[in-house]
Amino acid sequence: MTPKVTEMNENPASTPDTSTREKSTPGAEPVLAIRDLVVELPGPDGSPLRAIDGVDLTVGRGEIVGLAGESGSGKTMTALALLGLLPQGGTAAGQMLVEGDDVLKMTPRQVRDLRGNRVAMVFQDPMTSLHPMLSVGKQLTEHLRHHKKLDKRAANARAVELLATVRIPDPERALGRYPHQFSGGMRQRIAIAIALACDPALLLADEPTTALDVTVQAGILRLLDRLRRENGLSVLIITHDLGVMSALADRVSVMYAGRIVESGPRADVLREPRHPYTRGLLDALPHPDGGNAALVPIVGSPPKLGQAPSGCAFHPRCPHAVAGCAEERPNLLALTPTHAGACPIDPLAVTASKVGTP
Amino acid sequence: MNATRLFLGDRLGADRTPSPDDDAPRRKPRRAGKSPWRSPLAVTGLAIIGVFLIAAVFASLISPEDPLAQKWPKYQSPSGDHWFGTDQLGRDILSRVIHGTRISLPLALLLVVLAMVIGTVLGAVAGYFGGWIDMVVMRCADLVLAFPAIILAMAVVAALGPNLTNAVLAVVIVSWPTYARVVRGLVLTLRQSDFVQADRLLGASGWRVLAVDLRPNLAGPVAVLAALDLGNAVLLLSGLSFLGLGAQPPAAEWGAMVNAGSANFDAWWVAVFPGAAILLSVLAFNFLGDTLRDALDPRTARAIRK
Amino acid sequence: MSTSSADPTARPGTPRAAASPKGGAAPGPRAARGSHPFARFVLVRLSIGLLLCVGITVLAFVLTHSVPGDPVAANLGDRAQNDPAAVAAFKEKNGLNDSLPSQYFTYLGNLLHGDMGTSQQTHRPVWDDLADKVPASVELALFAIVLALVIGVGLGIVAAVTRNGWPDRVIRVVSLAGVSMPVFWLAQVAFYVFSFKLGWIQAGGRLSPGAIPPDEITGLYTLDSLLVGDTGTFGEAFSRMILPACVLAAFNIGVLTRFTRAAVLEALGNDYVRAARAKGLPESTVIRRHVLRPALTSILTVAGLTFGGMLAGTVLVENVLSWPGLGQYAYKSALNLDLPSIMGVCLFVAVVYVVINLLVDLLYGVIDPRIRLS
Repeated sequence: MTPKVTEMNENPASTPDTSTREKSTPGAEPVLAIRDLVVELPGPDGSPLRAIDGVDLTVGRGEIVGLAGESGSGKTMTALALLGLLPQGGTAAGQMLVEGDDVLKMTPRQVRDLRGNRVAMVFQDPMTSLHPMLSVGKQLTEHLRHHKKLDKRAANARAVELLATVRIPDPERALGRYPHQFSGGMRQRIAIAIALACDPALLLADEPTTALDVTVQAGILRLLDRLRRENGLSVLIITHDLGVMSALADRVSVMYAGRIVESGPRADVLREPRHPYTRGLLDALPHPDGGNAALVPIVGSPPKLGQAPSGCAFHPRCPHAVAGCAEERPNLLALTPTHAGACPIDPLAVTASKVGTP
Repeated sequence: MNATRLFLGDRLGADRTPSPDDDAPRRKPRRAGKSPWRSPLAVTGLAIIGVFLIAAVFASLISPEDPLAQKWPKYQSPSGDHWFGTDQLGRDILSRVIHGTRISLPLALLLVVLAMVIGTVLGAVAGYFGGWIDMVVMRCADLVLAFPAIILAMAVVAALGPNLTNAVLAVVIVSWPTYARVVRGLVLTLRQSDFVQADRLLGASGWRVLAVDLRPNLAGPVAVLAALDLGNAVLLLSGLSFLGLGAQPPAAEWGAMVNAGSANFDAWWVAVFPGAAILLSVLAFNFLGDTLRDALDPRTARAIRK
Repeated sequence: MSTSSADPTARPGTPRAAASPKGGAAPGPRAARGSHPFARFVLVRLSIGLLLCVGITVLAFVLTHSVPGDPVAANLGDRAQNDPAAVAAFKEKNGLNDSLPSQYFTYLGNLLHGDMGTSQQTHRPVWDDLADKVPASVELALFAIVLALVIGVGLGIVAAVTRNGWPDRVIRVVSLAGVSMPVFWLAQVAFYVFSFKLGWIQAGGRLSPGAIPPDEITGLYTLDSLLVGDTGTFGEAFSRMILPACVLAAFNIGVLTRFTRAAVLEALGNDYVRAARAKGLPESTVIRRHVLRPALTSILTVAGLTFGGMLAGTVLVENVLSWPGLGQYAYKSALNLDLPSIMGVCLFVAVVYVVINLLVDLLYGVIDPRIRLS
């Protein structure tokens, strides 16, 4: 983690000035507005289990929003719900507005026309998410031709352009080649090009760097950042890696057991975390500014689907838990106009304890 | 079978709750938590096998007549006296079908056990020790598999002389390579696993690793393979007898009885009932084997399917 | 079944020698990469196949020569058997006095010249016998495999797509019934019902008794009659093939259905299928382009095996339905302990198996660029 974070910080281009970033959001209608999303998946005996329990999330135009949390917290499920690709038997309720249109009110046909067109997704592992038997050109153009009704020539021209955008060398020839002829980083660039093909309003990036070598990760993050700056792309980036967040995201939401426990501007959440879970995630990271401080893991493991504890789902693992935590579920409360947390314990006390354990 | 149950039980007992995150959509949702022994197919299979086993054990008690007695008119159609009719020599077909269980089932069981033991040992040794042993064993297996089972079995029986013992031997000869191949593949994978490496580091000998570490892990897949193979064994054996290369007259063997029916198409009952017995017993074994295979993890199941 | 470790359906987790585009993909290495490894792959497969063929001749030979079945007793009448001169002449004529290895090498040498010995049963060269019988069985098996592929693969896809729904359950039972079917019995029952009782289909023999077969071009009556424009004979040959072909296909439909279902389910579970859905492609396109293609490689393997199985199945079916093909010939040879004929049949079937496997391997290369290019 450390090298990547530092590398990103060393590269001025990759970390545009924070102050200019936060200006771009307000005013315009958000590209994505999720309100009170509830997702239920069929359990082993068929009864529905709640995987996502009342999530709110917005992504503004040209904004990169990070969704963090351990695996199993519901991050990916949020993205899949947005694309109508929940596992068999899964249901979603609430509101998911893409440029004002509610995905949950659309017909399956309309959702399909949205997928890959207005909302595109990049998956975690480019080794498995690209089809091994179809040429890069085919994979780049098939949905382009379907959604935009382009002829072969126009689609190919667009594909070359896309490959050039994501910096694949020799794009014309790359069209006729197959995924196995590219390295992991190159494949993820191709996957991003595929996602960008129809010029989507929103890009969902699900752990886009997790499966890659650390040295390649930085390149992918820089690419996403450049696309945002140059093309005004909006990105929802899903990751458990706070290093990626710190490098890229304007705002960060942290998920635990299907709920958002903290959200706010990147700097606030990562520098002054208000929820013990966010704190735990940060303490489990090596600090870029070095030092030999021991890493503090979060004890225990996240609850299994459908087995979330009563009250605050994090309380069994929380170092600051008090008796009331097991009874009442805390809601997300605004701490500052932009920063919200779902923990009733006095933020100052939490901060004090943080200072106490350097 | 107890070992299988334990083995499969372990696997099924493992956490099958779909994780709400990354993994869930990729995995096939399973009929989790349910024992494969409870699925309708398996229950049907077990019930049919049970009926056949009872028929085999109590054949003399159940069957209305002596299967070899030729004391009735020939080619009598099914009636109250002879539910399944009589055959070309005036024997009671129902009694012959019932007594047929005593030939087909024990022999199928016997030859599957033989093929299983031979194939498993050869496959495990080949996979574990590799080198020239592996070469020789697997080339032999390839060779046998290059011949369609029935033709090779036919050649073997023709060479050894047509009787039931040789038919069994022939089927064993054509059956072992499947086990050898599957077991070798499993052993190759297991060898690399951490617990085997750990045991080796502790100084365990190759044979010890095979016997202690690998055997329990092979038991489940091999048992499933054997269940599926029982059906094939019954089919092959009755096929050979049908061709006159297995059981010889006057033995009440199903395949031979079907053959007797081909002499006179008017007397449909001569062939239909013994053939239905073959179909039912094979179907029962396949119901069971197929259900058990689904309970294995997909990768192993795939190896077996080939 | 592919004989080596080159599993074309393996997960693409380990890219071997993936071209590094960063290092400037020079045109030279790419061309080399494109043709050479596949040529080598083909060569390796070819030599494995050849080796297998040699092994097959040894096995067939050993099996039929070193075992107690006595060809003398089987081929000479009682009187001749008691006549030492006749026995000696028989042994001399058939080379039974030489040592086994030299008998084998003689056999192998002759084989290379197309001489498979003389059938002790028909007193004709085995080669000629085979040439007579093979077309009938190949015609039947080809027809049956087309039938089995269309129905089996179709049912398998339906089962996979409706996984655990009622079509899947029904298809599962049907396909299990298929693989549990004793074909020799099914042949009799089908003949009894459809031909004997209902009279819907003519069956028994390739043409009606006394009909004149079309001029021999390929030996496949349906094809030959079409080639000479004799539609009457074509109709006859075709209709008589329906029943035996359906019976022969029944077992393999079961096999292909089970296998296709598994292969399609496996392909459906791949990440790239989810990625394809995330692109908003219609489900039919996703299935056709993204699912069936990878599934096809494993289906091909089974289809290849199936053809071998079909030829074997002819042994059981042809006897019941009087189809004058390889199966009937093999059966009669086995009953008469006719060594050269049995070896001829074994050899033919095994070589067909090897050749088909080779073809399947080559097809993998066509379907899967990872094999063709890496």
